[in-house]
Amino acid sequence: MDLTLIHYLILSLLLFSIGAAGFIIKKNIIAMFLCVELMLNAVNLSFIAFASFLNQVDGQIIVFFVMVVAAVEAAVGLAITIVLYRNRNTLNADDADTMKG
Amino acid sequence: MMDTVLFYFFGIIAIASAILVIANRKVLYSAISLIICLCSVAFLYLILQSPFIAAVQVIVYAGAIMVVFLFVIMLLDPFSSEAVKDKKKFLAYIGVVLGILSLTFLYSALKSYDLARTPKNVSYGGGVGSLNELGHALFQEYLLPFEMTSVLILIAVIGVVVLAKRRASK
Repeated sequence: MDLTLIHYLILSLLLFSIGAAGFIIKKNIIAMFLCVELMLNAVNLSFIAFASFLNQVDGQIIVFFVMVVAAVEAAVGLAITIVLYRNRNTLNADDADTMKG
Repeated sequence: MMDTVLFYFFGIIAIASAILVIANRKVLYSAISLIICLCSVAFLYLILQSPFIAAVQVIVYAGAIMVVFLFVIMLLDPFSSEAVKDKKKFLAYIGVVLGILSLTFLYSALKSYDLARTPKNVSYGGGVGSLNELGHALFQEYLLPFEMTSVLILIAVIGVVVLAKRRASK
């Protein structure tokens, strides 16, 4: 049996669902970031699959941009995590529920 | 035929390591299983005839981004379990339920997709992933978004420096 687009989409769907579930389950902020990366990765996979099966290069360009934005998001998010840890001495997302200092 | 075997091999590795990402209690192990997941997805990109994106995935994603993650994990030492004490146990069950819900929802959406509309006779990877075409598309059609990402990165760099700078005596 041959590989079709659906195979890749189902794999991408599974990865995305695992990431989405983990994002809600996890308490640790860094682990939540990891789950976000997992979801972005799943979406990238479906973009590449579409680009390959439709013979268009645009999907790959979008993946390129998604990677750039993921890098930026990781950098900013981790900086915020470091500041949070410095001020509160916690990595638990539940403890970061007040806006002020 | 070879493609199918490789797809299942790396697909199973990707899903197993993705499950390990959320099953591990220690964040360092989660990060390392995420690296495995990213690398196996990079292999899938190779199967899909996108070698450039696969290389970028390994170098930028599994390399640079995950190294930043590992740096922060080791810097903040979240191994001390009191840093993440489970207060709301019920959220775990809600998470599982929502994951299954999104799975069924997205799967039904996938089912309703008309398979006849996908081009069947296209042998995938007709030289689409070649660096030539990618470069032409990136620097002609998508030049403006490309330049805007550089502005975005600049803003992020400034923001991170401002955020993470240690306040002088407080």
